[in-house]
Amino acid sequence: MTTTMVGLRGVGKTFKGRNADTTALTAIDLAIEEGEFVSLLGPSGCGKSTLLRIIGDLTPPTSGEVTVNGKSPEQARRDRDYGMVFQQATLLDWRKVVKNIALPLEVMNLPPAERERRAREMLDLVELGEFGEHYPWQLSGGMQQRVAIARALALQPSLLLMDEPFGALDEMTRERMQMELMRIWQRTHTTVVFVTHSIPEAVFLSTRVVVMSPRPGTVAGIVDVDLPQPREFETREHPRFFVKLNEVRETLRGAGVD
Amino acid sequence: MAMTAAPVSEVIGSGRTRLRPILGFFVILLLLVGLWEGYKLLSDATGGNIPFTETSLPVRADDRSMPHVTHIVGSLFEPSRRGAEESLGAFLLAASWVTFKEALVGFAAGAIIGFGLGLLFVRSSLAERGLMPWVVASQTVPLLAIAPMVVLWAGKASMPLWVAVAAIAAFLSFFPVTINTVRGLRSPSPTATELFRSYASTPAQEFVKLRVPAALPYLFTGLRVAAGASVVGTIVGELPSGLPDGLGRQLLTFAYYYLSGPEKLYAAVLFSALLGIVFVSLVALAERLVIPRSRRVPT
Amino acid sequence: MTSLRKWGPPTLVFLAVLAAWEIWVRVAGIQGFLLPPPSEVITTLRQEWNVVWAAGFFTLREALGGLIGGSVLGVLAAFAASRWVVIREGVMPFYVAMGAAPIVALAPITNQWFGITNPVSKMTVVAVMVFFPVMINMTRGLGDVGSDKLDLMKSMAASEAGTLRKVRMPNALPYLFSALKVAVVLSLIGAIVAEYFGGSRDALGVYISQQAGLTRMAEAWSGIVVATALGAALQLLIVLAERLLIPWHPSLRG
Repeated sequence: MTTTMVGLRGVGKTFKGRNADTTALTAIDLAIEEGEFVSLLGPSGCGKSTLLRIIGDLTPPTSGEVTVNGKSPEQARRDRDYGMVFQQATLLDWRKVVKNIALPLEVMNLPPAERERRAREMLDLVELGEFGEHYPWQLSGGMQQRVAIARALALQPSLLLMDEPFGALDEMTRERMQMELMRIWQRTHTTVVFVTHSIPEAVFLSTRVVVMSPRPGTVAGIVDVDLPQPREFETREHPRFFVKLNEVRETLRGAGVD
Repeated sequence: MAMTAAPVSEVIGSGRTRLRPILGFFVILLLLVGLWEGYKLLSDATGGNIPFTETSLPVRADDRSMPHVTHIVGSLFEPSRRGAEESLGAFLLAASWVTFKEALVGFAAGAIIGFGLGLLFVRSSLAERGLMPWVVASQTVPLLAIAPMVVLWAGKASMPLWVAVAAIAAFLSFFPVTINTVRGLRSPSPTATELFRSYASTPAQEFVKLRVPAALPYLFTGLRVAAGASVVGTIVGELPSGLPDGLGRQLLTFAYYYLSGPEKLYAAVLFSALLGIVFVSLVALAERLVIPRSRRVPT
Repeated sequence: MTSLRKWGPPTLVFLAVLAAWEIWVRVAGIQGFLLPPPSEVITTLRQEWNVVWAAGFFTLREALGGLIGGSVLGVLAAFAASRWVVIREGVMPFYVAMGAAPIVALAPITNQWFGITNPVSKMTVVAVMVFFPVMINMTRGLGDVGSDKLDLMKSMAASEAGTLRKVRMPNALPYLFSALKVAVVLSLIGAIVAEYFGGSRDALGVYISQQAGLTRMAEAWSGIVVATALGAALQLLIVLAERLLIPWHPSLRG
């Protein structure tokens, strides 16, 4: 029996501007179940990042209801029910890698021994065990993002919010990171909400793809991606992969995106 | 809520926000005046000691050491000396004018030299490598400390003393102008310079159309700093020079004759501060006329 | 840039200037009291070493006292300014004003308050000089954090105090150091110049201006040399401290 991890009903967001108001999101209805990997896909400006930030309580919705793990987003954030990964790794320059991963644990006031143990565990999970004592700038972009993922998972959250985490990486690294993410996801079974503007990325990673239309952002369609799990390198060559790619593309077209 | 410190050019924004720094300035000014008078009141109440102790307050708060603010302001309207015709305010104004002229000459000279050096450094990397470290070092040497010597040289070389004072001011002014000129002339991105190259423009055209306009905001930042520095240099230069008319001399005189009129010293210090502020404001005004708001570099 | 390319030209310039100075003075026969040749300055420095060094040390104490006092107050004020917008915006115009005003002019007043020979009078002037750059830079450092880091801390439900300690303060350290480098130079020069308004006979600024007044130029220059050396030493200390405390900063990475 799966529970709804993220529930959105009639969610809208309007930004007040100097001359006019901008409606970023309108009438978003969405239910994300536990254990799902859901991508929010759409062109720039469709509000997908805004929607993610609303779920994460980094910005309030102007209308509608949001529940995260059965609570308000604010309560979920205070209870540290989710971890967030941004497009920039945002590691703290002055801390070594292992200390960066331990940051949320420090904020939670966990005892030092426990922090160390958990941070090391996460470091191993993302397969960067030997790099614990390095400084962020000594790592490549892909490795930094892996550290950011490790940090987000350090709290062992039930929900992982990811905002185009691989957007700043080159194509080859991005594909490798997608594989990495799948491998980690298999281990942790966290619910994931993943923002991207890449169709292949969304289809490869997700169990469901939520296609969003351009401003004002709304849900244009949802595509079930019933490709076999676990997702592997060969998945990209699976015939159904192309079928799904096209399905998503068509949904985007229908939403007015060419 | 992000707590970024707003750069000056953003603070001086539209309507309401433009007033806030001015308001804030006066609020803090009033606060300081309040602290001043409050300290005096406290001292009166406790007989000169820190409350509840026998130890005396660090600064004596009697009217001699710390005149009331009203006294200081009031003294501006009274005669500058027993039997003198003009008021202290007028007297100090005249002294400020003398100092201002010296500072202006020094500033102008320093700005020209500074700009020239900056140009030289940008054109000749050899000159830059050889001289820049010394230019930087010259500011760590307390060259203000040789003010007495510069004055002496001027005397021996039969130069008017005010030239020596202006020279000291120039010395303090040239450095910020040099540094900012170099930064500014070098500020265009490589993409921009490549663009000019693709138009087969001459170096002179590139200089005039690209580098100079790009350098202007930086140049003015340097000029603002130089303006303040030149006032400092002028006042300090006046001290050993024996020049009777400038603010520096008045500071020394009023300090010497402190007992006969403490408010006068405070008034002189006030005028010194105002001179500096006015001078820098004039440069800032020129900046506002020459450069549109969007291009200014915040302090 | 290879060492030679970097250090060659300035060293050459220095040696050339020294040599030219020495030769010109001797050849042109300019009186020693106008511009003593370097050799004479060095000899005088050796002779008067005890006096000049002691004077330098006295002034150094004034400079350091003011430096520490002004910096501590500046940092505290920066915490207040970063916390309360009102303070930050109110102080900005004051900072601009104080940057323009010759703070050294406060020297006669502090002399009256604390006594001409009391080092505290100079320390106060130095502290005021140092306060503003330190406060402004530290405030910038505390605030210039970037919304991505702030979002990160918010997503971790960190408190304001936690964000202050873990993000703002480390972020502010490079800004503080850059202000200290300026402050260190200001403090020494400020102390010396403040002494020109009157100070203890044991002080370097008084020594320099007195010697100059007696046209004993070699002595006065030796005072300047000592002052410069002290300033350079202090700067070096700050640079070393920087290397130790913020090895992670882009400007200091291996």
